[in-house]
Amino acid sequence: MIIHSIFFYIFSIIAVFSAIMVTVSRNTVHSVFFLILDFITISCLFIMIGAEFIGMIMLIVYVGAVAVLFLFVVMMLNVSKQKNEWLGNEKNSNHIPIGLLISGVIFFELIIVVGGWKYKPELLKSFSSIGIDTSTTNTHEIGKVLYTDYIHLFHLSGMVLLVAMIGAIVLTFRQREGIKRQSYFRQISRERNEAVELADPKNNEGVKIDV
Amino acid sequence: MTENLNILITEIYKIFLLLIPILTAVAMIVWLDRRVWAFVQKRKGPNVVGPFGLFQSLADALKYIFKEIIIPASANKIIFILAPIVTMTLALISWAVIPFSEDFVLADINVGILYLFAVSSLGVYGIIMGGWASNSKYPFLGAIRSAAQMVSYEVSIGVIIINVLLCVGSLNLTDIVLAQENLWFIVPLFPMFVIFFISALAETNRPPFDLPEAEAELVAGYQTEYSGMMYAMFWLGEYANILLMCSMGSILFLGGWLSPIDLYPFTLVPAPLWLILKILLLFILFSLVKAIVPRYRYDQLMKLGWKIFLPLSLTWVVLTASYLFYFNLLPVN
Repeated sequence: MIIHSIFFYIFSIIAVFSAIMVTVSRNTVHSVFFLILDFITISCLFIMIGAEFIGMIMLIVYVGAVAVLFLFVVMMLNVSKQKNEWLGNEKNSNHIPIGLLISGVIFFELIIVVGGWKYKPELLKSFSSIGIDTSTTNTHEIGKVLYTDYIHLFHLSGMVLLVAMIGAIVLTFRQREGIKRQSYFRQISRERNEAVELADPKNNEGVKIDV
Repeated sequence: MTENLNILITEIYKIFLLLIPILTAVAMIVWLDRRVWAFVQKRKGPNVVGPFGLFQSLADALKYIFKEIIIPASANKIIFILAPIVTMTLALISWAVIPFSEDFVLADINVGILYLFAVSSLGVYGIIMGGWASNSKYPFLGAIRSAAQMVSYEVSIGVIIINVLLCVGSLNLTDIVLAQENLWFIVPLFPMFVIFFISALAETNRPPFDLPEAEAELVAGYQTEYSGMMYAMFWLGEYANILLMCSMGSILFLGGWLSPIDLYPFTLVPAPLWLILKILLLFILFSLVKAIVPRYRYDQLMKLGWKIFLPLSLTWVVLTASYLFYFNLLPVN
């Protein structure tokens, strides 16, 4: 048990530290790396409470895919321009009250949830109608709930993602003219008499080549 | 307290028992790769240091250790040093879940295959970090190429894993192997095995998909600015990843530690040896491909990943699921 709590404190200290460093760090690429560190430690915490499926999915989706795209975008930006304009500049500091408001609301919500969970655990159980069977792995348990009771919501979220994906493709897709595309079928189905032609060039005129 | 300490010491002992053979195997596999490559091209390959040139990798490692580590002046020092460490660490920690026999596994976790998948998808960071921190054109181009390539081929590897999981009904690697006692998954899922093999080549940046380090275009890609032991760590990490992909292939499709036929002479061979033999077989295929096939063009690579492998493997998921459902063979009710 003592080892368990030692690991918990190590992970949570790293998580909080890297979360702070995401916003404080001057270099944008460093902030993304701290964000990745934060994701990894949070998924370690998930695994520690026994939710290994969620922890692994978090690692695969957020760290393996989303953060790579973040890193892509940030690396393309001109990082050196954004130094020192953040907190010190008066022109940019008018977003601070809004940020404080949002973080205050999130903090308040967290206090409500954690307080309720700590002091009235039977209240939270009354919200969810499904009993949790601890004898099987939590992957099975999530599957059972997700594909039976919440199948419509699951489909709906899949639809939302599909629409977002199509929307992103439509917004960024542009048909470019005048590029040569390779067609394997046309390459393979070419015959000799289409490709080779005997020409008899006249002097000083040459052959006309169509491109 | 002493009980905890005992557990800690035995775990560390087990980790070293696993890590030291793997590091040795990585060094040997580099030699094997060069040997196979040479034999295909009718050369001799490394044959001078030790018997059959077996100690060539050792000599190379000694050379790397005594070389100077050069850090470019304009590089981002912390990330530059971190990159090879990340590559190496990620390549080694995934071995924790590989089952060498039914009870010879370091961590028999419930989500073993997801862990393997997650760690191999983290592998891209070592390359991006190295390429960006070098602060130079070729490494950056190589890093971007490899990031796009690895993210694309991970998708099809994930879908292939779903195919296998449909037949097993568990994410545990030991269960996956035990589910193949009667029939290895390479038989019913043969097209998926082929796609997995090709995607594994792309995922580990092996030829014919070695565009991140295409020496004709990008010098050495993300490794250009590295030297000495840091370069060697990239190199070791790469080969450890290749070995890992081979072991993943043999666990998912070739029945892991199970012997091909359950008869007298075959059952004498200890279980871990079967897994090692299967890994070696896949690895020799890897190095044969390196020697035979020319490098892909980048748009062909992307087309293969997104337009051919992804639809094919998705269709196969639908087929597998329908078959299992229709004949009532689903492993979990």
